[in-house]
Amino acid sequence: MRYLPLNENDRAAMLARIGVSSIDDLFADIPAKARLDGLIEGLPTHASEMAVERHFTDLSRQSLSAGDAPFFCGGGAYRHHVPASVDHLIQRSEFLTAYTPYQPEIAQGTLQTLFEFQTQVAQLTGMDVANASLYDGSTATAEAVHMAARITRRRKCVLAPGLHPHYAQTVQTAVQGETMDMHVMTPAMGADADVMGALDDQTACIVVQNPNVFGELVDLEPLAKAAHAVGTLLIAVTTEVVSLGLVKSPGEMGADIVAAEGQSIGNGLSFGGPYVGLLACRDDRKFIRQAPGRFAGETVDEAGKRGYVLTLSTREQHIRREKATSNICTNSGLCTLAFSIHLALLGEVGLRKLAALNHARACQLADRLDALDGVEVLNQSFFNEFAVRVSGNASQIIEDMAKAGVLGGIPAARLFGAGYFDDVLMIAVTETNRDEDFDALVVALREAL
Amino acid sequence: MSKIYYTEDHEWLNVDGDTAIVGISTYAAGQLGDVVFVELPEVGKTVKKGEDIAVVESVKSASEIYAPVSGEITAVNEALEDAPETVNEDAQGAGWFFKMTISDAAELSGLMDEAAYGEFTRE
Amino acid sequence: MAMNSTGRPTAPTGDVPCAEDLKTFSGSRGLMQQEPLLHEVGAPEKCGVDLPDVPEHTARLGGLERDETIGLPGFSEPEAMRHYVRLSQRNYAIDLGLYPLGSCTMKHNPRLNEKLARLPGFADVHPLQPQSTVQGALGLMAELSDWLVAITGMDAVALSPKAGAHGEWCGMMCIRAAIEERGELQTRRRVLVPQSAHGTNPATAAACGFEIDELPADDTGRVDMEILRAKIGPDVAAIMLTNPNTGGLFERDIREIADLVHEAGGYFYCDGANLNAIMGKTRVRDLGVDAMHINLHKTFSTPHGGGGPGAGPVVLSKRLSNYAPLPYLVRDGDGWALIEEAAQSDAKPFGRLSVFHGQMGMFVRALAYMMSHGADGLRQVSEDAVLNANYLLARLSEEMSPAFDGVCMHEALFDDAFLKDTGVTTLDFAKAMIDEGYHPMTMYFPLIVHGAMLIEPTETESKESLDRFADSLLLLAKMAKSGDTTRFTAAPTLAPLRRLDETRAARTPILRWKATDA
Repeated sequence: MRYLPLNENDRAAMLARIGVSSIDDLFADIPAKARLDGLIEGLPTHASEMAVERHFTDLSRQSLSAGDAPFFCGGGAYRHHVPASVDHLIQRSEFLTAYTPYQPEIAQGTLQTLFEFQTQVAQLTGMDVANASLYDGSTATAEAVHMAARITRRRKCVLAPGLHPHYAQTVQTAVQGETMDMHVMTPAMGADADVMGALDDQTACIVVQNPNVFGELVDLEPLAKAAHAVGTLLIAVTTEVVSLGLVKSPGEMGADIVAAEGQSIGNGLSFGGPYVGLLACRDDRKFIRQAPGRFAGETVDEAGKRGYVLTLSTREQHIRREKATSNICTNSGLCTLAFSIHLALLGEVGLRKLAALNHARACQLADRLDALDGVEVLNQSFFNEFAVRVSGNASQIIEDMAKAGVLGGIPAARLFGAGYFDDVLMIAVTETNRDEDFDALVVALREAL
Repeated sequence: MSKIYYTEDHEWLNVDGDTAIVGISTYAAGQLGDVVFVELPEVGKTVKKGEDIAVVESVKSASEIYAPVSGEITAVNEALEDAPETVNEDAQGAGWFFKMTISDAAELSGLMDEAAYGEFTRE
Repeated sequence: MAMNSTGRPTAPTGDVPCAEDLKTFSGSRGLMQQEPLLHEVGAPEKCGVDLPDVPEHTARLGGLERDETIGLPGFSEPEAMRHYVRLSQRNYAIDLGLYPLGSCTMKHNPRLNEKLARLPGFADVHPLQPQSTVQGALGLMAELSDWLVAITGMDAVALSPKAGAHGEWCGMMCIRAAIEERGELQTRRRVLVPQSAHGTNPATAAACGFEIDELPADDTGRVDMEILRAKIGPDVAAIMLTNPNTGGLFERDIREIADLVHEAGGYFYCDGANLNAIMGKTRVRDLGVDAMHINLHKTFSTPHGGGGPGAGPVVLSKRLSNYAPLPYLVRDGDGWALIEEAAQSDAKPFGRLSVFHGQMGMFVRALAYMMSHGADGLRQVSEDAVLNANYLLARLSEEMSPAFDGVCMHEALFDDAFLKDTGVTTLDFAKAMIDEGYHPMTMYFPLIVHGAMLIEPTETESKESLDRFADSLLLLAKMAKSGDTTRFTAAPTLAPLRRLDETRAARTPILRWKATDA
C-alpha cells in the first residue's frame, strides 16, 4: 500500500516492544458484538494510482464543464480566470500540509498571509477590520446575524427582498436554535429600500445584498441612515466581490458588518465548494469581541521582532465552549490564500480593470439580448449579472440551451422555487466570455424561445 | 464604615451600607495571568446572586464573574476597557469591576472575611 | 599552461563564528529570507495580470461608482512568487516532518487527490448548472455517500456540512427536529457532554438551543458510568460522545451508554473526529450511534491547508434520516438529481446549511483516498495508526508519564507528572521540541489531565521516523529532569521567531496593516 510505510517486520517488532501478541489485542476494548472480523462489506479492495485516476477521469467526463461551453451562470458563484501561479503557490507543501497556526514560531507563513488577507478584505469592503474567513458567504451571513443580535441585544432581523433565497434559508436555519424574530421579505426586484418600512427599535439588523440576487445595484446609504436612527445594524452582503473594484464599498455607504462570498477571487467554481466567507466590521471593541471565527494579530517576539499570532481566541469554542460566539472551528485557510495571492497579483490597478471589464462586457451582452424578440432585460442597474424576462418557461429554455451545448444562465425558479419568476433568467458575464460565446448564446436563445 | 467580603469564586466586595464595590481578588488575578479583557455588565441591570454577569479573560482563559449578592448594577469601571492590565496591577483597588446595590443584606452572611478567605486560598 | 583564473578555497577553513551570534546586514539568514508585509513590498500601480482593454459601453451602475482609492498593493508575477515562497518557508508542514498533533490527525496528503480534484468535471462545474450537465459530479457524490455508509453501516448521509463543527451542528439539528416532531422540544432540554469533549461539542449543543450537562471522567479516562446513570432521564435530548475519546481511549461501555440514552428516549451523537482509529474494525451502527460527522480532512486525508477548508458529512440512523437538510441527492432514472427545495421533498428536511451542496473539492480527494486504500487498506490504516501510537506510548513511557494505564487507540496521552519540580512546564517542553525540528504535540487538551500532551503520530509515519522522534523526546525528558531548564524556558531559539507576546496581541489588537504604521 503506497501510503503506508510500515512492513510486516516493522509491525512484528513494534508489537513485541509494546508487549502484545497481536494487533487485535490493541482493539480489545471494542465490544465483541460490534467487532468486524472480515473486511467492510460491499467495498472493493485497494486500487493503483492508475486505476483510481482512470475512474475519476471517466466520472469527470460525464459533466459538461464550464470551460467546454459558452458559460453564463452566476447566482452566487462566478467563473473568473485564476492565474496559474495562484494554484502553484497554494500547492506548496508548507501551505497545503500545515495545520491551523497554533504554534506561531513555526507558522509565520500562514499567520502573515492571514494578516495580509484580513487587510485586503478590510480595504476591499471599506471596513476597518476583517476576520480570517468563514466557510462561505451564506454561513458568513448567518454568523453576521448572530453577531448583530449579540451586539444590539435585540432579536428581530429583517432580510431584504433582494437577498439570495438560499442565503435567506441558511440564515433562517441557523437561528432555529434561538428565539430570533425573522422577517423575510417577499423576493422582488427594485424593492430593497422597502426594508426601511420593517425597521423599528427592536430590530437588531437588516440584511441587504449588493449587487442583489437579481444583479441590481442598491444604494445602501439611505438604508444605513434609517437603520442607525433606530439603533439597528446594517449587514451588507456581497456574493460577487469583483464588483467592489467598481462599485462603492459597503463601508463607504455605511454598513456595520459585511458578509461576503470571496470565491470570485482566486477560487474556482468547484461545484459549490470549498469557497471562502468574508466577514468584516467596524473597529469597535464590541463588534470585534462578538465576531465569529479567527483573527490573526500583530505582536512581537521575545527578541522584539515583529510577528503574528492567532488572537482574541477566548471568543472561540475551544476555550469558551458552550459560551463561544460560534461553534466554528475551521476557517477556509487555503481558499483565503488563493484569494490573497490572486488579489495581490491584480493589485489596485488590476482589480479596477477587471471589474470594469466585467461590467463593460455585461453591458454589451445586455444590449444584444434586449434587442432580441421575446427577451427583455429587467435591470435598471447591474454589475456583471442581470435578469431577463423571456417569452416561455426559463427552466425549459435553459435545459434546451444545455442540450445545444450552451450553459446560458440560471432560471430564477432554481433559486426561488417553481412558480416564482418562471419566465425570468439570470445571466452572468465575466472576463472569460468571448464574443463567440455571446454569439452562441444569442443563437441558442433564439432557438429555444 | 466599609467591610471587605470574599466569595468562593474569588470575588471581593467592599460593602458600605446597602451598596458594594465588586472585583476579583488579588489571588485570583495572580492565578489568571495577564488579563486582556473584561466584559462588564450593563448599568441598571437587576441581578440575582449567583447569576453570571461579567467575564474576565486572559490570553487562554475566560472566567465568568457571578453576582456575589442580589441587587442592581449602579456603575461599571469603564477604564478597564482600555486598560485591562489594571486588574493585575491593583485588583482590589483601581481594578474594581462594578458597583451595585444590595437588595438582601442577609446574603452577605454566607461570604468570607479576610481571614477566612486567606485560609480558603491556602488549601 | 595558461593561468586565466585564480584559485579559490574549496574546503571549509574551520575558522568561523558561531552561527547564532552572526547578525546579518540584510536581515535574511541564509535560506531564511527576510520578507516584509504584502502592503510594504507591493505597490498600487503594479499588476501581475494582463487584461484586455475595456470596450466602449454605457455604464449601468446606478450612480454607485467607487471613486475612493482602495489601497490594494499589487505585484508582478515574479515578485508574487518570491513573496509567497519566502513566507511558505516559515511554516512547519507534514511534508517536512512528523506532526504529532493529537486529535488533529496530520497524515500524509496524497498528491493524486490534488490532481483529481482539479479535473474539469469537478473543479470547473457550477453548482447551479442544469443537473443533466453535472451527472459526473453528482455521481461522485453518490459514490462517496455509498463508501461512507458502508464504512459506518449507517442509513443515510448528509454531505453538505462544510467542516466538522458544521457537521456536528447538522447532526444535532436532525436530533432536535426529531425531538420537535415528537412534541418534546420543551421538555428534552439537556445534552450530556463529557468534560474531555472537544470545545465544539458544548458550543454546538448550545447553538441548537440545548442546555449542557457535563459528564466527568472516571479513573480510567472514560465516561463515569455511575454518574451517567444518575444523570440520565426523560429530559435528556442526547449524549455527545467522541469515540475513541479525546484521551485516545475507546469507550468500552459504549453499547451500554447507547442503550441507556435510547431507553430514556434520547439520541446518541458521536463526534467522529477519531474515526480514523476504528474504521474497518467496527461499524458505528453496531455501537448504537444515531448521528456522526466525519472529518474528511482528518480520516480521509484532505489537506488541512493551514486551517481549512474541511468537510464534515454526517451519517444518520434510520430514525434521523428523514430530517437531513437540503439539498440532498436522490436516484433519478439512470442518473442522479438534487432535491433543493422543501416543496420537492417527501421527507422533512430541517433546513439548509449553506447556499450550495457542500465541499466538492474535499469529496473528490476523500473518495480518491478511500478507493486507493480499499476495504483492506482502510482497515490497515486503522491498525497502523493504533500500532504507531502504542509504539510511541511504550517507548516514551520510559521517561514520560502516561495519563492512563493500558493501551491506547490512535493517540497517546501524557500528563506533566514527569516534569514535576523540574521548573519545566508542558509549554516549555513543547517549545523545546520546535528546536529539535518537530511540531509540538497537542498541549493542555483534553482538560481532564494536568498539563496534557496528546501525541498522534498517524499511520503514515515509518518505524524509523517514530524511533528518531522517541529518541529526541526521551533525551529532552531526561535533560528536563536533570535540572537543565534554560534549553526549555528559552525555547524555541532556532525557529524563525522566539516566543511571541500573546498578551500584547490580545490587549491591543492590531488586526490589519495601516498606512500610518509604515
